[in-house]
Amino acid sequence: MTTSTLSHVGYVLRGNPLTAIAGCGAALLVFVALFGPWIVPYDPVASNVSISLQPPSSAHWAGTDQLGRDILSRILAATRLDLLIAASAVSLSFVAGALIGSLCGYWGGKVDRWIGRIVDVLMAFPLFVLAMAMVAALGNRVENIIYATAIINLPFYIRFARAEVNVRRNLGWVEAARASGNSHTQVVTRFLLPNILPAMAVQISLNLGWAILNAAGLSFIGLGVQPPTPEWGIMVAEGARFITTGKWWLVAFPGLALMLAVLCFNLLGDGLRDILDPRMRT
Amino acid sequence: MSRVSRTDGTALLTIEDLAVSFSTRRGTVEAVRGISLTVAKSEILGVVGESGSGKSVTAFSVMRLLDRAGRITRGTIRFRGQDITRLGASDLRRLRGAEMSMIFQNPRASLNPIRPVGDQISDALRAHRDMSRAAARARTLDLLKSVLIREPEKRFDAYPHELSGGMCQRVMMAMAMACEPDLLIADEPTTGLDVTTQKTVMDQLSAMVRERGMAMILITHDLGLASMYCDRVAVMEQGLMVETAAPATLFSAPKHAYTKRLVAASPTPTSTVESLSPDGAYRSPPLKSEATPTAPLLTVDNLVKRFDGGAPAVDGVSFAIGAGESLGLVGESGSGKSTISRIVCRLIDATSGAIRFAGRNIGAIPARGFHQASERADIQIVFQDPGDSLNPRFSAFDSIADPLRRLKGISDNQSLRRRALDCAARCGLPADLIDRFPHQLSGGQRARVGIARAIAAQPKLLILDEPTAALDVSVQAVILQLLDRLRREEGMAYLFVSHDLNVIRMMCERTIVLKEGRVVEQGPSDQLFARPSADYTRDLISAIPHFDPGNSRVRV
Repeated sequence: MTTSTLSHVGYVLRGNPLTAIAGCGAALLVFVALFGPWIVPYDPVASNVSISLQPPSSAHWAGTDQLGRDILSRILAATRLDLLIAASAVSLSFVAGALIGSLCGYWGGKVDRWIGRIVDVLMAFPLFVLAMAMVAALGNRVENIIYATAIINLPFYIRFARAEVNVRRNLGWVEAARASGNSHTQVVTRFLLPNILPAMAVQISLNLGWAILNAAGLSFIGLGVQPPTPEWGIMVAEGARFITTGKWWLVAFPGLALMLAVLCFNLLGDGLRDILDPRMRT
Repeated sequence: MSRVSRTDGTALLTIEDLAVSFSTRRGTVEAVRGISLTVAKSEILGVVGESGSGKSVTAFSVMRLLDRAGRITRGTIRFRGQDITRLGASDLRRLRGAEMSMIFQNPRASLNPIRPVGDQISDALRAHRDMSRAAARARTLDLLKSVLIREPEKRFDAYPHELSGGMCQRVMMAMAMACEPDLLIADEPTTGLDVTTQKTVMDQLSAMVRERGMAMILITHDLGLASMYCDRVAVMEQGLMVETAAPATLFSAPKHAYTKRLVAASPTPTSTVESLSPDGAYRSPPLKSEATPTAPLLTVDNLVKRFDGGAPAVDGVSFAIGAGESLGLVGESGSGKSTISRIVCRLIDATSGAIRFAGRNIGAIPARGFHQASERADIQIVFQDPGDSLNPRFSAFDSIADPLRRLKGISDNQSLRRRALDCAARCGLPADLIDRFPHQLSGGQRARVGIARAIAAQPKLLILDEPTAALDVSVQAVILQLLDRLRREEGMAYLFVSHDLNVIRMMCERTIVLKEGRVVEQGPSDQLFARPSADYTRDLISAIPHFDPGNSRVRV
């Protein structure tokens, strides 16, 4: 079983080597998030004005910022916070969205129509503005960024789960599950949800990248995480002031980190679907 | 007039030593492994075989329509002496449609859903002929008339979804005939159509082909169909051509072992469950002796089902099944037979009517709460498509163990495994396949898992909803024998739903014929099939294609 799983993963990766690269990138991100505080070369919040705004050098690979803090250390330290926000927000919206969506898709009817309209209304808002409003109203705290990001992602999960369940609910094996003595609830949780997971995993992976961008965006405009906490969005925002004077490294490196993180999760999506789909195995 | 003299002997199409392989993740697979055949001018050649035999691949090779993974590795295909395998794209385009054309399986899927059917036929005409729009329209209307579509002016502007399946296939026929090709390839042209529709479509197709002196390759899994409409029949098995003969020879004296098996497995008006395997390999066991029941096991009284607002799908149907009895429910699509099976299985609620099972009105228990009723284990169902009735994320064991957990309350893994293996064994599923997932099993093995799951809870009534409709005929034969043995050994009653009258006749003691939600006729199967009293039943019976030695094919 394990060898066949491995050979299957190997097969998918050979057909799509980008997945392997993206997987390594994602693993690296998780590693940095877990062990960041121990691998940073300098204290990410200690300022030293005497070495402020130095370009990349052998001592400071990514240069220093206006307060003389090592940018590489700050980027590494920020990984944990950014991933934490994105992962919690995505898990929240995934769990809630999959449940609500699959119940809507399975039962249909009045509740489905109402939830469908609410989702439509939610999606009609400019999502980023909605998140801004929520964080502003709820207060500038990390939890609130998570909730706001989760809520603006929710409609996608609801729609996705609803559509995936809807195409399956009349299949023979769903009826067979009922004939075997499963209640409707058991059919949804034990039969339908596991079947839509591979498709949802793709969504999760794509969404993670997007949630990272969203959290960074909120910090960029001054909502959410506050300085001096190292966070990619804040770093880009702070560095933006210096770009006109040619101090590019303040923006370029955190921006690059952000871009690579988003790219990794996006690329991972496709490969993940092929790996998780049992029908791809033979 | 003998059949051979009608063909003038010159070969229109000659295939020599054709091999086609597909590159897949498991390496290269040879789908066709060196076949040779000829089609003479105005000859109808049948190519029969089961799924995976390479019959469709052969057809697609002739049209050079293989997908990218497929490649002709060796051999020649000569059409009027010209080797098609060496033609370039523009030569092929000129050939396709104009000189050879194809009718596909599933007519609805092969028509463009967003273009009126008349325009699609005109497109085919104008692609090959220099024709004005008006002339193409006039010709299209003629073509629609020739395939017996009524009110062709009105149908010209219809979209495929507005037409029935049979009508769509006629449109496809008109399109294939549009440029009067010399060779027509029909790939399972009537699969998925009702038997009466199949008959009208096939009669018309063969008449048109004969009339125009065209040659046709009819690809089908149905030996009966091939024998009725073809001059010669070629049998394919696993990429090889095992036997080619005239239908009469093929049926009365099949030479190859595979042909013998195939001929035996194809149900005919006289075959029995035992005769489906050659040389008496199967013997029906005696019926498990049951005390003569005082009351029937299941009584259905005046059942009505109306789906939101429409005409009733089931309209006042009543019947009864005794313990251990097998009742057949037969009808064409839309007859309400599947709806009845789902209502009796308590998966959906009836609009009105009573369902009494062992004395209790189970129709009064809503379907959504029926999983808790004590009768849930007593009424089980086997579904039509074994592929789609198994949870893709459940192994065979999980599928069989599910009803044991839910309905028999068995929770410890050892007894679950023992019981599941026992069910699998009774259904002829080898123990080493029990941990496989549906996609790792063949069609027949999946069907066995579906049956094992249904008998796991030891039901008194087993509903079989077209249990073999999606299976190859040789697999159907063994599954029918399995079902016959299970019923006799376990004393279950069957409600056997099928569109195939021969299957119903073999499997059921009594038969009900349904049409548009109403009972047309019912009675003991032998009597009903020998002396049908309703016209509809007579039509159904006469529409079944089968080889009939008495009528030895001299209708020209």
